[in-house]
Amino acid sequence: MTKVSAVFPNKVLPYLLVTPQLTLTIIFFIWPSLQALYQSFTASDPFGVKTRFVGLKNFRDIFTDPYYWHSVRLSFVFALQVSLFVMAVALLLAFMAKNPLRGATVYKVFLLWPYALAPVTTAILWVFMFQPSIGIVATVLRYMGLTWNHTLHGGQALLLLILASVWKQIGYNFVFFLAALHSVPKSFLEAAAVDGASSSQIFTRILFPLASPTTFFLLVMNVIFSFFDTFGIIDTLTKGGPAKATETMCYRLFVDGFKSFLINRSAAQSAVLMLFVMILTALQFRFLQHRVHYE
Amino acid sequence: MIGMQRKWVAHLFLILGVVVTAFPLYLAFIASTHDAATIGRGRMPLLPGHYGVDNYEQAWSVGSGERVNGTPVRITMWNSFLMALAIVVGKVVVSALTAYAVVYFRFPLRDFFFWLIFITLMLPLEVRIIPTYKVVSDLRLINTFTGLTLPLMVSATGTLLFRQVFLTIPRELLEAAKVDGAGPLRCLWSVVLPVSTPGMAALSVILFLYGWNQYLWPLLITTDRKLDTVAIGLARMLGNAEGLMDWNVVMAATILTSTIPTGVVIFMHRWLVQGLIEVSK
Repeated sequence: MTKVSAVFPNKVLPYLLVTPQLTLTIIFFIWPSLQALYQSFTASDPFGVKTRFVGLKNFRDIFTDPYYWHSVRLSFVFALQVSLFVMAVALLLAFMAKNPLRGATVYKVFLLWPYALAPVTTAILWVFMFQPSIGIVATVLRYMGLTWNHTLHGGQALLLLILASVWKQIGYNFVFFLAALHSVPKSFLEAAAVDGASSSQIFTRILFPLASPTTFFLLVMNVIFSFFDTFGIIDTLTKGGPAKATETMCYRLFVDGFKSFLINRSAAQSAVLMLFVMILTALQFRFLQHRVHYE
Repeated sequence: MIGMQRKWVAHLFLILGVVVTAFPLYLAFIASTHDAATIGRGRMPLLPGHYGVDNYEQAWSVGSGERVNGTPVRITMWNSFLMALAIVVGKVVVSALTAYAVVYFRFPLRDFFFWLIFITLMLPLEVRIIPTYKVVSDLRLINTFTGLTLPLMVSATGTLLFRQVFLTIPRELLEAAKVDGAGPLRCLWSVVLPVSTPGMAALSVILFLYGWNQYLWPLLITTDRKLDTVAIGLARMLGNAEGLMDWNVVMAATILTSTIPTGVVIFMHRWLVQGLIEVSK
């Protein structure tokens, strides 16, 4: 935090200013999170009448459940596939858009379009194209001799989910990559050109390394997106199915908590996810500090 | 010149990107202008049909049909609009006040408060969902507009963004205002906020989209159809996405409800981009 002197000497006013934020934070963030942690160490009947401390039992339950491990593996595979896919496409497009082009704004607006739409809207658009009996892509695939039915084939369901998520996130990644490429000093590029570097050499030796803080930042953001913000897409597109093929950690937590009423199990999963977000945020924070240091 | 990749290659790739981006939306628009039978036949036309007006009329004021059961779009759009607006105003006010206190005052526990708010970044709704639901239900806010919006008004991002913006304002500006006899609140209103308008606009655009697109929270908090938001209404209409359903009406609803985010991207993309980048700092 910056150590500059106060502008105003008031003693009570600052507390009043932070009160709204603090009250809402405590009621809707801190308290429920502590509740979730507490519930993860206790067992209670569905009506919450009797509660007793059970130590690590809930964690043992989830970690000995092969389906939980399935959801963990799935979440990471899904997040990694979405992240790599979306970043590769966005970086390529940003590289193409880096020099002044006619219609640059139009391109940017179009690419950002899906980002602004609701996850549910994204899911509807994609399910419409891939609906097994009427979807245009499913129909084309059928003519090519491929049977598409993501309501039966887990692999296809996951692929559909990845495609829809990538489609939604390209614009966001594009904007950041473009900003990173634009921030590379012109003199570097000119020096490279004078030395006779080809366009692909300039990309791999200069642009990409200099954009690597952005790449890292986007990786974390895409992982967070894949873990948490895809809930609406999953719930509309596959509901975690078929046969748990698309049941990510987040979706499973929701199903256990709100469909099966396994409150304590669900709470243990919350705790695991909290730990995961904390690690990601800490990484992000450390890394951003480094970046500031170098600039 | 450097990086002299052929311009047409760049255009080719970008046009390809735009086509892939726009195709699903184009298809939705086409579907919204045909009748259900045409779509149900499984040979999706690629040019507009003649049923557009009927479909949009039905989606807008009825929201249901023979094989679709939803909420009229005029209701869901109004709800989402109010919800997004409340979240924008709430978040901007709440986080601007906090950032103002943190930047311009020194008081015991200041750093502690700041970190407490920062921690909320690590607690997405999804990880604390059941206890949060319980809190809202204990406060008897289920199926109320307050329950829908109040818990979403906290954001560390808003506070961090305002803090960044405030730190760049020259202190002399405030000192001058103080000499002229302005108190702290007067300074906030007449000096700090006017200078921060660009940041505030960028933040508002992002928050508006965030509010407009909410799904999980309204899914839990509202069961009353009168409170259906855009995302909930669409999910209700889609149901199990059968082959034989009134896709024409669903797609008309999809297009109608996308107009607002689309308008935001077209007319405010500069602020949107700036906001995305500012928030990440």
